[in-house]
Amino acid sequence: MSLLRTFGIAWEGLALNKVRSFLTMLGLIIGVAAVIIMMAVSHGAEAEVADQINSLGANLIMIQPAFSRGGVSRQAGPPAMLKFGDIATIQQKVTGISGVSAEQNTTQIVKVGSVTLEDISIVGTTAGFMAVREYGVAQGRFITDADNDNANVAAVLGSTIAQQLFGNATAVGQTVKIGSTKFTVVGVMAAKGTVGNTDYDSRIYIPIKTVFKKFVSSRFRRDVVGMVYVSAQSKDTMASVKSQLTTLVMQILKTTSDSPGFQLTTQDSIITMRTSTTATFRNLLAWVAGVSLIVGGIGIMNIMLVSVTERTREIGLRQALGARPRDVQFQFLLEAVALSLMGGLVGVLAGVGGSYLFNKFGSMRTEVVWSSVPLAFGAAAAVGIFFGYYPATKAAQLDPIEALRHE
Amino acid sequence: MTQMMTQTAPTEKPMRKLIEITNLTKVYGVGNVAVQALRGVNMTVEQGEFVAIMGSSGSGKSTLMNILGCLDRPTSGTYILDGEDVSRLSKNQLASVRNKKIGFVFQSYNLLPRFTAVKNVTLPMLYNGYARKSDKERTERAVTMLGSVGLGDRGRHKPNELSGGQQQRVAIARALVNTPSIILADEPTGNLDTRSSMEIIDLLHQLHEQGTTLVMVTHEVDIASRAGRVIYLQDGQIVSDRMDASRTAAAYGHTDGSVG
Repeated sequence: MSLLRTFGIAWEGLALNKVRSFLTMLGLIIGVAAVIIMMAVSHGAEAEVADQINSLGANLIMIQPAFSRGGVSRQAGPPAMLKFGDIATIQQKVTGISGVSAEQNTTQIVKVGSVTLEDISIVGTTAGFMAVREYGVAQGRFITDADNDNANVAAVLGSTIAQQLFGNATAVGQTVKIGSTKFTVVGVMAAKGTVGNTDYDSRIYIPIKTVFKKFVSSRFRRDVVGMVYVSAQSKDTMASVKSQLTTLVMQILKTTSDSPGFQLTTQDSIITMRTSTTATFRNLLAWVAGVSLIVGGIGIMNIMLVSVTERTREIGLRQALGARPRDVQFQFLLEAVALSLMGGLVGVLAGVGGSYLFNKFGSMRTEVVWSSVPLAFGAAAAVGIFFGYYPATKAAQLDPIEALRHE
Repeated sequence: MTQMMTQTAPTEKPMRKLIEITNLTKVYGVGNVAVQALRGVNMTVEQGEFVAIMGSSGSGKSTLMNILGCLDRPTSGTYILDGEDVSRLSKNQLASVRNKKIGFVFQSYNLLPRFTAVKNVTLPMLYNGYARKSDKERTERAVTMLGSVGLGDRGRHKPNELSGGQQQRVAIARALVNTPSIILADEPTGNLDTRSSMEIIDLLHQLHEQGTTLVMVTHEVDIASRAGRVIYLQDGQIVSDRMDASRTAAAYGHTDGSVG
């Protein structure tokens, strides 16, 4: 018998009991759909993180101070840190970079008239910030080199802060009190949203030298920068820039590779870290998928056993008309596979549809992982074969005489 | 009807042995509970014969029919069907023999209720060489067969839309569709009223006249009398084999209506 023909027979068997077939498939449908939706959700979340991180700036390398693994055992005193002047050194000596910027942050109370905002992140930075971080101003201007050279009391507000302090009135040109110092608002940033744990719109940007001057108490740390940002010209120069930076910064800090005293971070390494977090989630999903497929499979086995009993006479007749045991086995096996594939198909449709609906009407971003579709089908077919084998074999082993006598 | 005449009338051709059974026994169970259903049956059916098998309940006629139909294998003895020893074949081989050489007609028709008459008739073709032919060819063949049993206009009907006699005609068309060597009919009129019974037996007789070999189990004397030859079974043995049904029945006290 041809495969197609047998499939046709199997299909007719299923069409006979539409409601029952559907109910049987339900376990599989829910399982497959859930897997596809959840994979889409996890992939969507991952893509969103990746997008956000990329929006920090393309080909960005962050240089952060790091404490040596053994705590303070190796070195006496505080760890060596990069200073403001080192930014110029990096700019000059490292090839293949498109920009360098630095940050030194502080947290202050911000006041305008009767409005007081507490615990506001004040970011001291340089003119290179906008290019490196791919972040622009909506009104006015950003910090300039001149601002830094003169340690001007100029401030650029995050969009949320501007809204909180001035409402819809123009912020540029107004005065804000940060800590005990009065600053002139020179610009308002474009909205950027929250990336990671940082709400970019709730920060205020001022010249880094003004931070040193007004907000750093320790005389020894007057020009220490918290973080240096370097942007490579392209993805291809990333590796070269990283190795140049490692060598140069070790030189500047007078450290060795055993305990360099700093660490380089790229978006890739952040994404990798995030991915490993979602991998745990994925493993959980795999278990959910496995359990629902097994439950669905047991449902299929159950209904196939019922079907074999109900159609004993038909089996006997087919045997009398010349169906070999393996023809019968094949028919029932294919019926189970057809059932599970149908379940898989409906599950995939429900899953893909559900993902789109989540994307459109839900607050979640979802991206359907298309490789999960053949995977779902394959798993469904495997479930059909595995759980259909026993009922099919039972059918094939029926004695035609007994089967024909069956009422 | 002429297009289905694949064999010439038996009288015009030298006889050929289609069924040859020698010392056939069948024992069910083992040891003390063993039941001997057939105790050394010898029987020959020539091509083109119409044979009725009679016998009371427990006489072994069902067992004999099952073995003749290759649904069961004898415990000992040989069964040669159309020149091939089928008494020791495997299940798969028996299935193939049933498909190609035997056409079954059952008391309860055994049509698949969800299929139309045409689809029911195509069923045996799915398990033989016709499977390689197209759906269209199979359907055409089924329609032709339905026409030859007088149901040319009922092809699209499902079994529950047909009368008992019509259903049995569909079953006969199904039995003929693979041009088998022999038709085995097990109480073909058992579920039918007198008029339908007569129509069916007329149809079987017609097939016989066209050269088809038929073996039929029945317990009705007037049905058996339409066959050319009546074999009477008792306690697993053939006790009578003659050309006159009424005398056979009378000799063994067989009365109408007893359950076979």
